[in-house]
Amino acid sequence: MMTALAALPFDPAPVILAIPAAAAVLLALVPSYRVSAALNVGACALTFLTALALLMAPRIAGPFLIVDDLNIVFVVLNTFVAFTTSVFSASYIGHELETGRLTPLHLRFYHAMYQALLAAMNLALLSNNLGVMWVAIEVATLTTVLMVGLYRTEAAIEAAWKYFMLGSVGIALALFGTILVYMVAQPVVGEGPDGMIWSVLMKRARDFDPALLNVAFVFLLLGYGTKVGLAPLHAWLPDAHSEGPTPISAVLSGLLLNVALYAVLRFKLLMAAHPGTLAPGPLMMAMGLASLLLAGFMLYRRRDIKRLFAYSSIEHMGLIAFAFGLGGPVANFAGLLHMTMHSLTKSAIFFAVGHVCQVKGTQKLADIRGLTTSHPALGWGLVVAVAAIAGLPPAGVFMSEFLLVTSAFAHRPWLALPLVAGLLLAFGALMAKLSGIAFGAPSPGSDKVKASYLPMAVHLTLVLVAGLYLPPPLVAWFRHVAGLLG
Amino acid sequence: MIEHAITPNLVFDVAHLFAGALVLISFLMLYQDRLYALLNVFALQAVALALAVAWQAYAQDAPHLYLTAFIALVFKALVIPVALHRMVARLGIHREVETVVATGPTMLAGIALVALSMVVMLKATPAADALAREDLAFALSVVLLGLLMMVTRRNAVSQVVGFMSLENGLILAATGARGMPLVVEISVAFSVLIAFIVIGIFLFRIRERFDTVDVDALDRFRGGRA
Repeated sequence: MMTALAALPFDPAPVILAIPAAAAVLLALVPSYRVSAALNVGACALTFLTALALLMAPRIAGPFLIVDDLNIVFVVLNTFVAFTTSVFSASYIGHELETGRLTPLHLRFYHAMYQALLAAMNLALLSNNLGVMWVAIEVATLTTVLMVGLYRTEAAIEAAWKYFMLGSVGIALALFGTILVYMVAQPVVGEGPDGMIWSVLMKRARDFDPALLNVAFVFLLLGYGTKVGLAPLHAWLPDAHSEGPTPISAVLSGLLLNVALYAVLRFKLLMAAHPGTLAPGPLMMAMGLASLLLAGFMLYRRRDIKRLFAYSSIEHMGLIAFAFGLGGPVANFAGLLHMTMHSLTKSAIFFAVGHVCQVKGTQKLADIRGLTTSHPALGWGLVVAVAAIAGLPPAGVFMSEFLLVTSAFAHRPWLALPLVAGLLLAFGALMAKLSGIAFGAPSPGSDKVKASYLPMAVHLTLVLVAGLYLPPPLVAWFRHVAGLLG
Repeated sequence: MIEHAITPNLVFDVAHLFAGALVLISFLMLYQDRLYALLNVFALQAVALALAVAWQAYAQDAPHLYLTAFIALVFKALVIPVALHRMVARLGIHREVETVVATGPTMLAGIALVALSMVVMLKATPAADALAREDLAFALSVVLLGLLMMVTRRNAVSQVVGFMSLENGLILAATGARGMPLVVEISVAFSVLIAFIVIGIFLFRIRERFDTVDVDALDRFRGGRA
């Protein structure tokens, strides 16, 4: 759609990979945590700016990297949330250091891993080679496992272990699917690297053997679906979110789940390019609805604030998978918009929750009460963010959910009923929990926290503005990508 | 298709023999109830994998696959089993048999899974060449049996052995696909993953035994015994 507006003096795609990779090495060497936190923010900002330059770069599909309209959306969103999270992280870790939960050595490790994770995620998004994409997602999993276990408590290590084992199984299944895709492609495309290049596969997909491609997609959906956190493969997600440092919860929810979803979408496109294959939509819709309903019920019984929002992430990933499974211009548009809004809102929630847990010294919902009285800025920020994620107007999440529900009623009215039921369930649960957290008599623990509200405020402003007014270029862009997704 | 002195039939049969051996050894693993025995059987499977991969390297004229075979032989048949052996000995858990499901039903489930993978793969791949499609059916059987082992065991070491056997199936599938790129890279990536897992178990088991992951505690314990 948008051709190169101006010739860029450099090619941004490799730079987006090189900055975090170099920063990871550099941060592993810097001993002072203040310097490394600043460096972390700087590197993230630089990566985000380069990602913006991608908008003006020509679309390429080389043997290694691919830049198309679909992955630019993911890369820009990814680098933006990574940047704001690094700002939040800088204020969060200072407090963890003061309370002695982390040592400077831990932080050195943490910062290096943060950048390594970003490099891996960007590589997964930009790689044109399906094998390299798989390796990148594996590396991203490994780095997050290490960060989930950072606190070295019994629960943290158990969570990291569970995440590790389930994530590895998911990744192994995804590899089997990738091998099958190569075997499908090999008789048509020929032996060698071409059989794994996505853009080559897309051109030749019509000649593939549909039966084996179907089997491959099932493995890929199960494998990468584990990483998306789709039911029934979601068991790792709540533990991993609740036991790690909160910036990592934000990155996991806001970014890594999207990257895995992106992998699923790439293969869905491949399936859609062949008329004789099984429609991938119903499978995705089934897993999406199952995640939505399961998370809707599970939300009611949560006692830990971070687990609560982890289940909310399962719910929303389910919604997004449902939207892309439903397909069609409106549902795909809703899916893209919802993914963007969920990333922004959920990370804003985790920014607030991180500081709340520091102030109250606990993650137990029962011990967090009356925040709007004791900490007005934090409390009201959380109220706005939770209201937004629950789908109250005028936030952007409401708009995407509204689009999705109307599209579902138009095309699959019978599926719209459980969809609406799930949305209402989750809404009720979040509102019930929110009233306890935010209002009433404040619970003890009212330390003043040196919090940076800026990242949260920026995210919430974006979400609210998006609900009221979407800039026409963005709408045109999303509409175009939605058309690509079929 | 092959320019070697041996007939295509023999190439086919030997490849089958090794792939079939992997499936058989997966079954052997399912009913081991001692960790030492399990590790020995796993090492045997890794040797079978190395042979299968080396045969594919020869049959496909793909010298880089010898590297994958070498990694399987050294890393998975030797380094990892020895490391786990020592770990099990040091932690004194070699008698632990924690199965969730009894051996009989597990074996039956295993047979059902192998039948399933034969049906799925042979039906889905009529177009592919015979060697690849039957190799793929065996590979899927090994993958599914590895998964079965992971869900029927509670003990961390045997879960990891299940995972590694699952991965053997993946390597078998990857080397069976003619000219697949990145096979060596992927096998290296998996070795890194497994090394991490093994280190992870080590920390994990220490926590269970000593109630801490503090390495000092281990040093104190060692010092106390010496």
